[in-house]
Amino acid sequence: MSKWILRGGRVVDPANGRDGTFDVLIDGGRIACVGRDLPIDGDIKVVDVPSGLVVCPGLIDMHVHLREPGHEHKETVATGCAAAVAGGFTAVACMPNTNPVNDNAGVTGYILTRAAEANLARVYPIGAVSRGQQGEQLADIGELKAAGCVAITDDGHPVATAMLMRRALEYSTLFNMPVIEHCEEQTLKADGVAHEGFHASALGLRGIPGEAESIMALRDIALAELTRGVLHIAHMSARQTLDAVRYGKSRGARVTCEVTPHHFILTDEMLGAPVAYDTNVKMNPPLREAADRDAMLAGIADGSVDAVATDHAPHHADEKHVEFDRAPFGITGLETAVSLCLDRLVHAGVVPLSRLVELLSVNPARILNVPGGSLAEGAPADLTILAPEMRVTISAAAMRSRSRNTPFDGWKLRGGVAATIVGGCAVYVNEQVSLQL
Amino acid sequence: MKKDLLGIDDLTRDEIYLVLDTAEAMREIGQRPIKKVPTLRGKTIVNLFYEPSTRTRTSFEIAEKRLSADTLNIAVATSSVLKGETLADTAMNIEAMAPDMIVLRHASSGAGHLLSRICRSRIINAGDGMHEHPTQALLDAFTIREHKKRIDGLKVTIVGDLMHSRVLRSNVLLLTKLGADVWVSGPPTLVPTGIERLGVRVSPAIDEAVTGADVIMMLRIQQERMHGAFIPSLREYFNIFGMTKARVARAKPEVIIMHPGPMNRGVEIASDVADGPYSVILEQVANGVAVRMAVLYLLAGGADAD
Repeated sequence: MSKWILRGGRVVDPANGRDGTFDVLIDGGRIACVGRDLPIDGDIKVVDVPSGLVVCPGLIDMHVHLREPGHEHKETVATGCAAAVAGGFTAVACMPNTNPVNDNAGVTGYILTRAAEANLARVYPIGAVSRGQQGEQLADIGELKAAGCVAITDDGHPVATAMLMRRALEYSTLFNMPVIEHCEEQTLKADGVAHEGFHASALGLRGIPGEAESIMALRDIALAELTRGVLHIAHMSARQTLDAVRYGKSRGARVTCEVTPHHFILTDEMLGAPVAYDTNVKMNPPLREAADRDAMLAGIADGSVDAVATDHAPHHADEKHVEFDRAPFGITGLETAVSLCLDRLVHAGVVPLSRLVELLSVNPARILNVPGGSLAEGAPADLTILAPEMRVTISAAAMRSRSRNTPFDGWKLRGGVAATIVGGCAVYVNEQVSLQL
Repeated sequence: MKKDLLGIDDLTRDEIYLVLDTAEAMREIGQRPIKKVPTLRGKTIVNLFYEPSTRTRTSFEIAEKRLSADTLNIAVATSSVLKGETLADTAMNIEAMAPDMIVLRHASSGAGHLLSRICRSRIINAGDGMHEHPTQALLDAFTIREHKKRIDGLKVTIVGDLMHSRVLRSNVLLLTKLGADVWVSGPPTLVPTGIERLGVRVSPAIDEAVTGADVIMMLRIQQERMHGAFIPSLREYFNIFGMTKARVARAKPEVIIMHPGPMNRGVEIASDVADGPYSVILEQVANGVAVRMAVLYLLAGGADAD
């Protein structure tokens, strides 16, 4: 099936100003042509897109933890990629906090080999800012770039010192790589396990104020301005951080940011109900209060937020089946994000579908400088076919990820994934839709 | 009653009064020459203590024995926790031996909730982290009612380390549920965010907070709070928040002074107050046995268990 056509679907391709019924001709794994009523000669396979489905450039999750090497009991590159394509993602960018840390070409190469073996989603490794993520000495960033890394981060922790962050922002401009920051002032976070607010107080959980995030964001935005470096703020959760990002953008700093679905949907009220002390609502940054959640939605609506990423953080059930303060931070996200976004952003009227495609595809590709985000002629044929009206019930037990730590189990949502196509090949087709891929 | 007693929210107002009334009857048992009734004969109760405790563990054990339950104490130092077993596994192993109740003391908030989801046995929270200590609040209410004949409308002032105190949270929930006017006071570094939403008045000015109080309840200040820079020194803490005779004089003339123990004399409370005429601190301890007997009896099914 080297040459085939997706006929008659609604194509949403904001990078090329398209939103309407188009045919998409794919040849040799690339987009050959997008147009109306494309001619069909003999050897072209025709796939009719049922009405109601939407063809868009492949979704890119720019913040996932694939856990390999070192934590294969939580996830592997293969299981993570299977989860990704089932969730509609044609590409993922994976964080370097593995064991060993992805701070050298050997680990990067290992991850890419595993990804090639899985042959599902594209995998873009993100390297460490500092050697061993120890916050002391820069990793060999040029070597990481050459090996295939697309960005650097010490995710899991912030870049330890202002000086190291300054150096990272300066040095990475050599390679046109953004520095992705997990913003957290660690002395202020201390041993906190939940958002500092009424619910944590009532439940006797140690708090993490929103300012633990925004203080670090302000530091880094100031340094981005100083250095003209490229900064991306990961998993933003606090309204104060959004204000910081807006401030930075207004001053011309090269700063972008992402928000996770759980931070624009859930609040710290979940700590106490429906299940008190549910470790599947423990993540870092924590679920914050309604004012923060509403601020994230406002930032998504007004364009201040550049991307939606999942911070997919699989943990083994045994690790989560402990006391709340002893459980690891994090939830899975790859297989819930699209349904959550369609239901809570598009159907709820926060953004139109084209803007969602920007958040999940166009902008992540632009921020990471990777192919994708566009159905331009010659672009790789990475496509996601969305089913915005599909009724979906989230089932943790049915997930492809090796881990099941999601707070969304049992949620009924409107919107799902019909199919995922990478390099012209269907890597996932939802059995509920009639697509002859 | 619900299956478990994890916190005060598990009890309705009527159930709280039922516990207090039942405790009156239970206290009489402790005054008999033979301090034992057969009420919980054949019931097995496991006291699972992950934190050191003298008062609470002893109190539960005496209460269980006076009701003729078979009791078993598991303390952390002698358990398999040191061999790396999780709380959930320990609970399932205990559960496999079919006890009727587990009394749990644990350093993590919500540990009882975890057990509650795993176990068919009834779980009684004997203190979970910074969350709740419901039987303490019940025995405090019993003690207050004994002296004041009511709880509704009393001004109760709670002073000390509000942030880390499970006694505070249980008392606030219980006393506000029964209509008391609850004031809390402590260094701003030790006041939990949003605590006023529980229906209490927060006043860092202790002299204002104790003025006209019917009840003053002191909370323990732990030495290690100084290392977290919550307070500069124990000496300064005593000067600003310590309960002295001069402060007690601002309260109602018949005020009672309470402390859940263990007490730091000269830190949160002056000895002449702790041992003075208004102090009911040892009565609290005595009442603890009767109140815990009542809780055990009612959770076991009350009259149905007889």
